[in-house]
Amino acid sequence: MIYDTLIAPFAEYGFMRRALIACLALALGGGPIGTFLVLRRMSLMGDAMAHAILPGAAIGFLVAGLSLWTMSIGGLAAGLTVAILAGLISRVTALREDASLAGFYLISLALGVLIVSTQGSNVDLLHVLFGTILSVTDDALILVASIATLTLVALALIYRPLVIECFDPAFLRATTGGGTVWHFVFLTLVVVNLVAGFQALGTLMALGLMMLPAAAARFWAGAVWSLAALSTVLAFFSGLAGLLISYNFSLPSGPSIILTAGLVYLASIALGTRDSLRTRYFPRAHFHD
Amino acid sequence: MNVPALSIADLTVAYDRLPAVHHLSGSFAPGSLTAIVGPNGAGKSTLLKAIAGLVTPSEGRIEGAAGNIAYLPQLAEIDRGFPIAVIDAVSLGLWREVGLFRAITGDHVKRACAALAAVGLEGFEARQVGTLSAGQLQRALFARLMLQDAGIVLLDEPFAAVDERTTADLMALVKAWHGEGRTVIAVLHDLERVREGFPETLLMAREPIAWDRTENVLTPENLRRARYVSDGWGHAA
Repeated sequence: MIYDTLIAPFAEYGFMRRALIACLALALGGGPIGTFLVLRRMSLMGDAMAHAILPGAAIGFLVAGLSLWTMSIGGLAAGLTVAILAGLISRVTALREDASLAGFYLISLALGVLIVSTQGSNVDLLHVLFGTILSVTDDALILVASIATLTLVALALIYRPLVIECFDPAFLRATTGGGTVWHFVFLTLVVVNLVAGFQALGTLMALGLMMLPAAAARFWAGAVWSLAALSTVLAFFSGLAGLLISYNFSLPSGPSIILTAGLVYLASIALGTRDSLRTRYFPRAHFHD
Repeated sequence: MNVPALSIADLTVAYDRLPAVHHLSGSFAPGSLTAIVGPNGAGKSTLLKAIAGLVTPSEGRIEGAAGNIAYLPQLAEIDRGFPIAVIDAVSLGLWREVGLFRAITGDHVKRACAALAAVGLEGFEARQVGTLSAGQLQRALFARLMLQDAGIVLLDEPFAAVDERTTADLMALVKAWHGEGRTVIAVLHDLERVREGFPETLLMAREPIAWDRTENVLTPENLRRARYVSDGWGHAA
């Protein structure tokens, strides 16, 4: 019974195993990236960038159909263009970065929907918007795993300035004369990970496996490294549980995974050990000595 | 330790064409201890930021500052919600030695702990920065300044949010740095403290009003003129 429910889906079906490995790779890259998005108060900017990827993926789809590489390169190009344009505009004009990013991503999103709806069928649109983790190919797996590797190595290299830029940006500017370059390296990593995610979960939900576990981890862990590690674990658990739910109850896999992550998030808000609803409304006695 | 003089030539810094610092010239002697005073909006913080290289002058030059400055901004610019331990925050002061990639060695940790002890925060190493009071955070930032080991130290309202005892402890550190031959420049509002502890004073209201020995600067006549000039700018804008 337990074997049939929990093990057999992965033992018997290659597509389930590939989906699980894709979740592991997405969790490894997305956990730390999501943690920094939360710490930098950029959660909604991550969402905006996820939407910005759509026209690139759509143009890639127009050129070569449901091709992994053209859609990925297109999505990457669109995401980076929007991120860099928004960053530049906010630095040379008075517009703040969230507003300039919203401006560019809305243009990008509208363009993407226009392209997909005039040129493709509804089924294709659903692929781009919601992903197809159960039909992840070996090529897609290699791409997602490469992106996870690249992300972890890059984060290790820029970890110190990135932490300083979050904690005390004025100090970084005063000592090194700039923090902008680290910001853009980080934005690039966000876009790259969203591209990895949209293969499996679609542009609309790619951010879910980054943000929800990272936001949930906030209620349990108190240091940057432990937040990142816990986000990764929670993301992978959500992937595993979501795939099993989707298999056993014949539900679509992408939403199952994100909803599982959402349940973890809601449970953490309620029960977490740090600043959760539980600690707020049922506090333990304070120290007297 | 290398202690350059800091010289400022005809410096103007403007935000949206409105000058915050207007045609300021002068120099900070090596090893001097100077207070910058003036009304709100007089351009004191802007002058420090320009020296630290955080804002670009519209006109004029600042010489002698490159690479040898430790700058303490006002509290507001730090994200106190960021999860970082006190010892790690203080160790940022080692940036010039460890840079991006080099490891923090046992010797570095010892020096960071010694700096924490010197500011009265022994035993706070593992605490999160977010749990510190305003005074404790300011002590930690002074420890970070000590690790930066810079020839020129810029302090922007260092005693604004701290109590008497903390102020006295931190002021003792400032005097110790002065004794070590460092050039220390602090923006302050408390004129009594300036008279007590700071040999030199720059009184400004966008333009320099007086820049000399403190007793020659903080005269009723100069202070009146600073207010008058400052108000005049307000009307002009």
